[in-house]
Amino acid sequence: MIFKSLSEIVTACEEMKMPFWEMVCSLDCKEQAVTSKESFETMRKMYKAMKDADESYDPSARSHSGMAGGDGKKLEAYRINHANEDNLLGDFISSVIEKAVKMGESNACMRRIVAAPTAGSCGVIPAVLLAYSEKKNVEEDRLVEALFVAGGIGENIAQNASISGAEGGCQAEIGSASAMAAAMLAYLEGGDNDVILNATALALKNMLGLTCDPVAGLVEVPCIKRNVSGAVNAITSAYMALAGVSSRIPVDEVIDSMRRIGHDMPACVKETGQGGLAITPTGMKITKNLG
Amino acid sequence: MFSSEEVILFFVMKLSVNVDISFISGKIYLCLNELFDKDWNRTMKLFDIIGPIMVGPSSSHTAGAVKIGYVARKLMSEPIQQANILLYGSFLATGKGHGTDIAIVAGLLGMETDDKRIPDSLSMAEKEGLKVTFGEATLKDAHPNSVVLQLVGVSGRTLEVVGESIGGSRINISSIDGLSANFSGDCPTLIVHNMDQPGHVAEVTSMLAHKSVNIANMQLYRAYRGGNAVMVLELDSEVPKEAISWLCHLEGVVKVTYYSLMGD
Repeated sequence: MIFKSLSEIVTACEEMKMPFWEMVCSLDCKEQAVTSKESFETMRKMYKAMKDADESYDPSARSHSGMAGGDGKKLEAYRINHANEDNLLGDFISSVIEKAVKMGESNACMRRIVAAPTAGSCGVIPAVLLAYSEKKNVEEDRLVEALFVAGGIGENIAQNASISGAEGGCQAEIGSASAMAAAMLAYLEGGDNDVILNATALALKNMLGLTCDPVAGLVEVPCIKRNVSGAVNAITSAYMALAGVSSRIPVDEVIDSMRRIGHDMPACVKETGQGGLAITPTGMKITKNLG
Repeated sequence: MFSSEEVILFFVMKLSVNVDISFISGKIYLCLNELFDKDWNRTMKLFDIIGPIMVGPSSSHTAGAVKIGYVARKLMSEPIQQANILLYGSFLATGKGHGTDIAIVAGLLGMETDDKRIPDSLSMAEKEGLKVTFGEATLKDAHPNSVVLQLVGVSGRTLEVVGESIGGSRINISSIDGLSANFSGDCPTLIVHNMDQPGHVAEVTSMLAHKSVNIANMQLYRAYRGGNAVMVLELDSEVPKEAISWLCHLEGVVKVTYYSLMGD
């Protein structure tokens, strides 16, 4: 990306009177030598693939290790049985939780998903986006635009920090996904660029320091359920930003911190299976049984 | 460490200009490539962030593995009847849980990373007459996610490919038939094994110039002076079939392998 920081992109958006999503789209067009229509249609394909993955969730599928599968169905049943006032969280958040788990499980069970930004964090963005589109009647084009917003944030994080668990821990995967989803939701709810960047900063700050320590090195425990915390954190962060709450630390500095923290994080909790949850007695037992 | 001419030349090569670079050794190129590669790997495209669409669970251990198999199948340019798959490092340690074995076989059958049939690849291989065996690879200083593929095609043609999954779903083919090669499978790639003699680079590059094919990236390696050499050319467009068979018949050319983005 030719812009070094998110604030640079926003300044350019204001100078050129161009919405954030359109700026991200036009930068992609330059890089790939494609038209804006082609870029938009590629993004629509991503949206449709997310929707297809959500709708084709198979409650009977189990992962090779046997650790993952079936929880999405439990959440769906619980949501349906606790409709309206009886529901502690409300229908929107319940649906977000359910979709995040379903997508994470589908990934673990070798079904087709959209890495956003990674396969391990593939549940965060679709959970927020699809539950939102079910709650509010929004045109598909606007949902696709929102994915450009998420993508622009992600590109910038990848450039200035990382989106790889092996490089930066889970903050780089679920953390990035959560920041991207927060920006996306802020946009969908009519937030301006300032609100979008504050939502991003608030979401990412809550995810700093998160380790990547999955049991047996598989994208299952704790990854699947962590998609839920990433998605819900995105919603609360966007909500705060929309209410006018701002991040005291500007977003670009938060991203810089994430890079530094990732660098300082010991290797044993960066996707090596040598620390954290992976080496708990239960984690070790599971690893041993998988042989 | 390197003279300014060498550095400039390196960029000339990277900037897709057709020049005869037979006078620089592959070794200099390699060193420079390592110096700069870090920064290039950082630039991710928009649809690497939102995307790719893939069969899970892991972009490196599943999607990358499918892609290595897929590129190997393309390099073979005919259906494969026998595949000995030797896993290394993290592919060996956590491959089963990530479906790495299944993914590689799916790729060898010609499936791409978003193919919903990937989980059924082993039974499909049996149906299609592809005999698969698995083992452990012994490699020196290899990337932790590596695999050695020893393949036999239906015509009896053999091919050995070493593939690495380098992050995201991006891959690097690091060796072909025992000689170094480094390419990503993102663009058409021409691999020519030849005797280390003057003039072969010129023959290949002038053929490409004649066919108006632009070179995006070019590397040269050799085993020893006057021994076996290989050139790897990543291209901006496809090479016509007849040009490839013309290359095969040149004196001093041992083997030509072509990776096309189109069907066989």
